[in-house]
Amino acid sequence: MQELPYYPGCSLKDTANNFETSALKTAEELGFDLEELPRWNCCGTVYSLTDDNLMKQLGPIRNLVHAQSHGYDRLYTLCSMCDNTLKRANLLVKEDQDKLKKINAFMDQEPDYLGEVEVRHFLQLLRDEVGWERVRENVKNPLNDLNIAPYYGCMLTRPREVGLDDPHDPSVFDDLIEALGANPVDFAYDSECCGSYNTVDKAEVVLDKTETIINGARKAGADLMITSCPLCQFNLDSRQVDLIEVAPSHEPLPVLYFTQLTALAFGHPEACQFSENSVDPTTKVEPVKNPATER
Amino acid sequence: MNLTDSNRDLTARVEELSGENVYSCYQCGKCSAGCPFTEDMDLLPNQVIRKVQFGDESVLKTETPWICASCLSCEVDCPKGNDVPAIMEGIREISLRQNVDEVDLKQMDTRGLPEIALVSNLRKKTG
Repeated sequence: MQELPYYPGCSLKDTANNFETSALKTAEELGFDLEELPRWNCCGTVYSLTDDNLMKQLGPIRNLVHAQSHGYDRLYTLCSMCDNTLKRANLLVKEDQDKLKKINAFMDQEPDYLGEVEVRHFLQLLRDEVGWERVRENVKNPLNDLNIAPYYGCMLTRPREVGLDDPHDPSVFDDLIEALGANPVDFAYDSECCGSYNTVDKAEVVLDKTETIINGARKAGADLMITSCPLCQFNLDSRQVDLIEVAPSHEPLPVLYFTQLTALAFGHPEACQFSENSVDPTTKVEPVKNPATER
Repeated sequence: MNLTDSNRDLTARVEELSGENVYSCYQCGKCSAGCPFTEDMDLLPNQVIRKVQFGDESVLKTETPWICASCLSCEVDCPKGNDVPAIMEGIREISLRQNVDEVDLKQMDTRGLPEIALVSNLRKKTG
């Protein structure tokens, strides 16, 4: 097992626990042990766009200091929002030595951050290090005949400087879906914002988007959808329950974390915790028997 | 309209907060064409920038900057390379730094919401 330093973020420890359990199992099947970064803190969830307030950069940079102190040159993420915030803060201080100096001077309890840790998303591990061929070789339960809508959302691909794929024509989820034996569905809303944190105080704005994105995928023939963001997942999955209250004819579509799909295809449905998804995915994905527990 | 010093103040303040040159916008409207939330907004994103170019302080009372979720759809589309979400954040910050919060945690029904929804909402909508 190769150990890889890993930053979970807050949601994966609570509301998106099914994201973490399925990712850990996926990594294990590929020969990786995701080693949780000791003493990690919240990344801040959204990158600060104001130019003058460095206080909001302390959260993400402090995590990178922890990674550096443990001798890690890389830090792997799963949540799109953590990934984006850590990458953008990292880029800011790499490109602006003056800001890095100010941040280091303020955090006088910690060693200075040198700007040398690289933040990588788990999808980059699959695509760039493992490769789709090896992913394909690990499939024990091919997801044949399933039509899956890849929902990229915003934070995986935008802005270009930190995006892991083309912001106008992303393909990493499509390639993953194919490697797992299923069919990627092309639909118009794969990169359209779900409404994000407006779900807290303007839920009606989000419900509109939930309806547009889910119905767009369904009309394109999707059986289910995958995402890598716990906030998108909440807005597209749990908000369908609220949508049905105002639009009873709405046909729900399951929305999974991409790692639930990989864990399932790798023969580990028990790691997927499908009961935590609001729209039941087991109507679409037959719970395959786990060879390890089948006696 | 007549431009006064206070108009110039608003433009300068938004530019200082956002780090963007608002006058580089030539009003092509591509940000508004791609924005997924225009039907919920009271001003189109390019109209918000126009008001900032004029230093029109009424922009501080509009709903649009609070609907903008920094999805960066406009940021990757802008032919001038403007970071429109940063301009929206600059407008929000002018209100937030006067201790005028957009949301009140005590009034929120937070049950069932994921952590990142709450943290990001409070980071964007409170000072």
